[in-house]
Amino acid sequence: MRAFPVLLALALAVSLTFLTLPVVAIFVDSSPADLIDSLGEPGALDALWLSLKATSAALAIILVVGTPAAYLLATRSFRGKALVVTLVELPLVLPPAVAGIALLAAVGPSGILGGAVDAAGIELTLQTAGVVVALTFVASPFYVRQAMAAFAAVDRTLLDASRTLGASEARGFLRVMIPAALPGLAAGTALALGRALGEFGATLMFAGSFQGITQTVPLAIYDRFSTNFESALALSAVLVAISAAILLSVKFVQGSEALGGAPG
Amino acid sequence: MRRTVLLALVLVAGCGGDDEPRLVVSAASSMAEALSACSRDFSGADVRLSFAGSDELAAQIRQGVKPDVYAAANTRLPDDLNKEGLLSRPVEFATNELVIAVPRDSEFQTHEDLAGDGVKLAIGSESVPIGSYTRELLSRLPRRESEAILANVRSNEPDVKGIVGKLTQGAADAGFVYVTDVNAAGDRLRAISLPAELEPDVTYAAGVVRGAKRPDEARDFVAGLTDGACADALEKAGFGAP
Repeated sequence: MRAFPVLLALALAVSLTFLTLPVVAIFVDSSPADLIDSLGEPGALDALWLSLKATSAALAIILVVGTPAAYLLATRSFRGKALVVTLVELPLVLPPAVAGIALLAAVGPSGILGGAVDAAGIELTLQTAGVVVALTFVASPFYVRQAMAAFAAVDRTLLDASRTLGASEARGFLRVMIPAALPGLAAGTALALGRALGEFGATLMFAGSFQGITQTVPLAIYDRFSTNFESALALSAVLVAISAAILLSVKFVQGSEALGGAPG
Repeated sequence: MRRTVLLALVLVAGCGGDDEPRLVVSAASSMAEALSACSRDFSGADVRLSFAGSDELAAQIRQGVKPDVYAAANTRLPDDLNKEGLLSRPVEFATNELVIAVPRDSEFQTHEDLAGDGVKLAIGSESVPIGSYTRELLSRLPRRESEAILANVRSNEPDVKGIVGKLTQGAADAGFVYVTDVNAAGDRLRAISLPAELEPDVTYAAGVVRGAKRPDEARDFVAGLTDGACADALEKAGFGAP
């Protein structure tokens, strides 16, 4: 009897059970009708709508700023690059509570840049803008990391060819590098999206919790935990469904890329 | 230096705790300082404190989490749990006072200042005791004033710590908390007392959780909240006797 394959199968079975059971329980604990009913209350829809808005805004910022930044980091080498990459990736491993405190200390009203933010007429704490800042802070490393890997994997001869044909670097970036790196960029976008949708601690500490203004879906779930467990379950089920859809779409994009034959 | 010694003592106490039974106490956030100080001296068990909003702790117990003691910032939640057969008959052990907390340098003097234009308030969420006490108090104000104050609320925090944090960080101008929270925040916050006729009755109650692993020690701990080191610590933190 070969023990090792059995051990491997056992480990997989344990992992699978442990990881899927809580998710399955969310759906078992409540009937579909209950779920839909609980979503009918205005607070729940407000939270979903706010999550959608804030996450979209954060993603837009992440894509516009993160893409060129990742391109630079992937295609240039310079002194201290490892340090820069580490700093950019740091929020990835920060506990959300640390992210919340850090944001308050940086751009909160009594933070080091609080005066400047206030002078510019911008209000972040307890505002939707603050939610966007928190989501951007925690989610952008997920995109930048993935985008760097995607740009680094593109065959440089493609870019060189476009340069010899007289295209500027900006044109090469837009017309050659981005299309070639697209599956990787899409995967990074999905990861950032997932992280932003699930953000809790930094949002609560930095932006507070107010229905329709700063109370995103995870905050609404927490708020309902003690008073309306069914409604908390319903919102959780929606987040699970959205997250699963995001993950599947990433697999789909990466799968079709693999089937289509990656260049090089 | 004293801190280091204290830390070392806590570590030693923690290591030595293996042969002592472990008593798990779920208590409202507002008692964090007071109970952390006194429970170290509790004889008979190594006390593990878990602080959160009273409502959240009650929800955990309803979901099957079994601490030995539940101490809440109101009497309603323990009474409810008792009726549901999840908690022994609750014992009232302390009272607290609801106040307006403002940053030290704030110019606010009375509750009327909270109704002004552009004032940013952080209060407790409706589901936590501090939030329901706050709403009870506001309902006793003239309607126009209470509506103006509620319209200035920018955050419904899940516990008292969130409110205090928003105030000390300057994110909010004022909030409703317990007087003990203002004391615990040191000199960063100032309390504005409220007229007695507005003040809600804030009474804390505790009980032994049904199915507790250490019911005897749990009973001793609850008794110690009204008479003993923890009763003294609560009084020192600004809590009143029931």
